[in-house]
Amino acid sequence: MPATASAAIEAPRAEAPPPCVSIESLDAYFGAVRVVRDVSFVVQPKQVVAIIGPSGCGKSTLLRCINRMHETVPTARVEGEIRFEGRDIYGRGVSPAAVRRHIGMVFQRPTPFPTMSIRDNVAAGLAVLPRGERPSRRETDDIVERALRRAALWEEAKDRLSASAVALSGGQQQRLCIARALATSPTVILLDEPTASLDPISTQRVEELVYELRAEVTIIIVTHNMQQAARISDKTAFMLNGELIEFTATNTMFTAPSDPRSEAYVTGRFG
Amino acid sequence: MTAATARPRAEAVSSHRELLAKRARQTRGRRRVVNYVMVSASYLSAAVVALPLILILVYLIKQGASSVGWSFFTQPPVPAGEPGGGMANAMVGTLILVAIASLVGLPIGIGAGLFLAEQRGTRTANAVRFLSDVLNGLPSIVIGIFAWQVLVRPLHHYSALAGGLALGAMMIPLVTRATEEMTRVVPTSLREAALALGYTKWRTSLSVVLRTALPGIVTGALVAVARVAGETAPLIFTAFGNQFWSFSPFKPIAALPMSIYSYAISPYDDWHRQAWAGALVLLALVFIISLAARFATRARYGLGGD
Amino acid sequence: MDSTPVGDRLYQGVTTAFALIIPALLLFIAWEVLRGAWPALRHFGFSFYATSEWDDVNGRFGAAPAVFGTVVSSILALIIATPLAVGVAIFLSEFAPRWLRQPIAFLVDLLAAIPSVVYGLWGIIVLVPFLRESVMSFIRDTLHLGGLPLFSGPAYGPSMLAAGCILAIMILPYISAVTREVLMAVPRSQREAALALGATRWEMIWDAVLPYARSGIIGGVILGLGRALGETMAVTMVIGNRHEISASLFAPGYTMASVIANEFSEATNEIHVSALMAVGFGLLVVTIIVNAIARWLVWRTARGPAGAP
Repeated sequence: MPATASAAIEAPRAEAPPPCVSIESLDAYFGAVRVVRDVSFVVQPKQVVAIIGPSGCGKSTLLRCINRMHETVPTARVEGEIRFEGRDIYGRGVSPAAVRRHIGMVFQRPTPFPTMSIRDNVAAGLAVLPRGERPSRRETDDIVERALRRAALWEEAKDRLSASAVALSGGQQQRLCIARALATSPTVILLDEPTASLDPISTQRVEELVYELRAEVTIIIVTHNMQQAARISDKTAFMLNGELIEFTATNTMFTAPSDPRSEAYVTGRFG
Repeated sequence: MTAATARPRAEAVSSHRELLAKRARQTRGRRRVVNYVMVSASYLSAAVVALPLILILVYLIKQGASSVGWSFFTQPPVPAGEPGGGMANAMVGTLILVAIASLVGLPIGIGAGLFLAEQRGTRTANAVRFLSDVLNGLPSIVIGIFAWQVLVRPLHHYSALAGGLALGAMMIPLVTRATEEMTRVVPTSLREAALALGYTKWRTSLSVVLRTALPGIVTGALVAVARVAGETAPLIFTAFGNQFWSFSPFKPIAALPMSIYSYAISPYDDWHRQAWAGALVLLALVFIISLAARFATRARYGLGGD
Repeated sequence: MDSTPVGDRLYQGVTTAFALIIPALLLFIAWEVLRGAWPALRHFGFSFYATSEWDDVNGRFGAAPAVFGTVVSSILALIIATPLAVGVAIFLSEFAPRWLRQPIAFLVDLLAAIPSVVYGLWGIIVLVPFLRESVMSFIRDTLHLGGLPLFSGPAYGPSMLAAGCILAIMILPYISAVTREVLMAVPRSQREAALALGATRWEMIWDAVLPYARSGIIGGVILGLGRALGETMAVTMVIGNRHEISASLFAPGYTMASVIANEFSEATNEIHVSALMAVGFGLLVVTIIVNAIARWLVWRTARGPAGAP
C-alpha cells in the first residue's frame, strides 16, 4: 500500500493539527482579469465543503487553484497563499505534480483515457508515483479493486477490467474517474460539478459515494445544485463575482444565512 | 406633323415590343444551349480525367502481370540482353531505404509535430510550420543534389545511407503535419485529467496525448512512406543503384523506382517487360500502404475500443 | 523533490530542437546547393540562365534551353489541365449524383499517388508512340498545319508536347482538389439566390459560384504550376533530352529538373557539375516563390468571403 500523503510531507510543529487546506487572500487571474478576489477560508480534515454560487462567480477557478490546475492555462496567474497541511503549495521547489498527487480532482465531464482499459485507467495515477512508492503488480490489482469498490463500480466492472474504458456509460465513466482519483489515496479530493452531465440515477449514486467517502478523505465540491450541496456537505461557501460572501455550516447557510446576498441566492431569487 | 410622327411612333412601340420578345426568345434559347454545352463539358471532363487513369492501370496490369513471376520476386537482374532475372534486390533495396528514411523522418517529424501542437500560436511555431510547407514543396531532384553534395561528394562514393537520408528529409514535413493535426484534436480535458493525477507535462504529452493521437499519426507516417517509396529522383545520385544483392548502408543499393527507370529507358524489350512488372509491384505497394493508412483511422474510430 | 523540472525541460528541449531542424535543414539545403553552384555562377554570371550554349567538352554552359523548356512545358500542362481539373471539380461539386461522387473523387486523388516513374514508363511506351503516330501525323498530314512554326520540324515522338501532356495528367489532381474545396466552401445561399432569379445551372455556376472561388482556383492553378516545375522523372523520360530552344511543340527539349536527372551522374568535370547545380539552385528559388504565392492565395480564399477557415 502506498504511504499516505501526510507521511510524505513534513507538517510544521503546531499545537493543534493543522487544517487540511487553508486559503488566504487568494487572487486568481486570467491575464489581467481577476476572477477570484481575496478569498480566505479553511477546510478541516475529513470535512465535506461545498462551494456554491451563480455561473461565472469563480468557484471552479478557486477549486482549480487548490490543486494548481489553474496555472496550466496560459496567462493564468495566482496570488495569495494556499496551505495544504500547513505547507505552502505554491512555495519554491514544490512541484505541481507532487501537489496533485495528494490533492486529486474529478472533472465535470468524465474523462477516461480512451486508449486504456478500465483497470489501467484506475491504475493510471499509480504509474507516476515516485519510484519508492510505486506498488507492485499484485498490489496494483488490489488497489484497483479497492478503488472500484469505493467508487461503487466494482460489481459492474469486475468481469471486464481489460475492456476499453470508453465502452462504459456516462455515469459509469464518472465513477471510473472517481475510482481513478481514489487509487492514489489522496488526502483531498476536489470535485468540479461532478454530476452536472449525469442522469438522476447516476447523480444519486455519486452523491451517496461522496457522502461515504468523507470518512476517509477531505472533500471540496463545487456544485451548481443547491440541493446537492445541502444534502452532502458539512460546510458551504457562497461565492459571488469572485468574492467569498459567506462560509458557514451548511445547515446555517440554507436556513439562516447572515448575508442578504447569500439569502437571496439560496432562496432562489437569482442564480 | 402630329399624324406623320404619331404613326411611326406607334409602329416603333409595337415593333420594339416584338423586338424585345424576339430577343428574349433568342436569348432564352441561346442560354439554354450554352447551359447544355457547359454542363456536358463538365461531365465530359470528368470522363476525360477518369480515362487516363483507367488506361494506365489497364495497360499496367496487362503488361505487368505477364512478367511478374516467381523469379521476378526472388532474383536480381541478369546481364543486359539475357532473358530472365528479376528485381528482387531492388525490392529489398526499397525496403532498406524506406527503413533508413523512417528512422530519421519519424522521430523528427513527430517531435516537430508535438512542438507545433503545443506551442501553437507562437511566432516560432508559425515560422516552423510555414517552412515545413516550403520544405515539402521542394523538388525531389533538388533534395537529391543536396544529398549528393553533402553525403556523396565528400566521401567519394554512393551509399544507401545517403539515399535513405534524402528520403527521410522528404518525410519530415509530412509526418510533422500529420502529428500536429492529430495531436491538436486530442481534447484538452484529457490532458487536464492526466495533469490532475500528478502526471508531469512531458509524461502527459507522451503517455496520454501522443498515445491517443497515435492511430492518426501512424496513418500520416504510412502516407509519407508511400510517397517516398515511389521516389526516384533523390536516389539516382545518392543510392545510385546496384546490379547485385546489397544490404550495406555504405554501399550503393538498388531501388524499385530506379530499376524501373533504367529498364524503361533501355533498348531491350525484355527489360521493358520487367519495367512494367516493376511498375505494377510499385503501384500495388503504394496503393496498399495508402489504403492501409485510411483503414487504420477508420477502424480506430469505429465501434468499440481497442 | 522530484526530477520533474528536468523531465519537462528535456522534453521541451528535444521537441524544440527537432522542430528547429526543419528551418535548419532548409537553410542547409539552400546553402549547399548554392555552394555547389557557385563556381559556375561566378564563371558565367547570372546570364547563365539566359545563355543557350551547352558544351561540356569546352566547358561552356548556359541554361536557357532548360529554363525555356521548364516554362513551356509547365504552361502547356496548365493549359491542358486547368479546364479539365475545374470541369471535374464543378462536376463533383454541382452535378454528380451522390453515389458517383466518392468513386470519382477517389479516382482523381489516386492520380496523385502514382509515382512519377510509372507515369514516365507509360509515357515512353504508350503516350509518345501514340502522339507520334496519331496526333502529330494527324496535325501535319491531315490538318496540313505542319507549316506553322508550332508544329514544324521532325516529329520523332519525344517532345515538349509529350512532356506537357504527361505533366497535365500529373498536376490535374492538385488543381482539382483545391478547386473542389473552394467550390464547396461557397455558401448555398449564393447558389439558391441565383437559381431563384431564373439563372440556368451553368449561369449560376459562372456568375454566382466561380467569382467567389476565383482566387482559390488561381491558387490551385499556381500550386499545380509549382508541382509541374519540379517534376523530374516522367518529364525526362518523354521530353527527348536535348539542349534546344524551338518554337515547335513537336521538338525535343529539356527542363531544369530533367537536365539534372539526365546529366548529373555522367557529368565529367567540375564545371559541368557546378553548372547543373546552378540549374538546381534556380529551380529551388523558383519553386519556393511559386509555392509561396500559391499558398498565400489559397489561404486568402479560405479566410475570404466564403467564411472563416
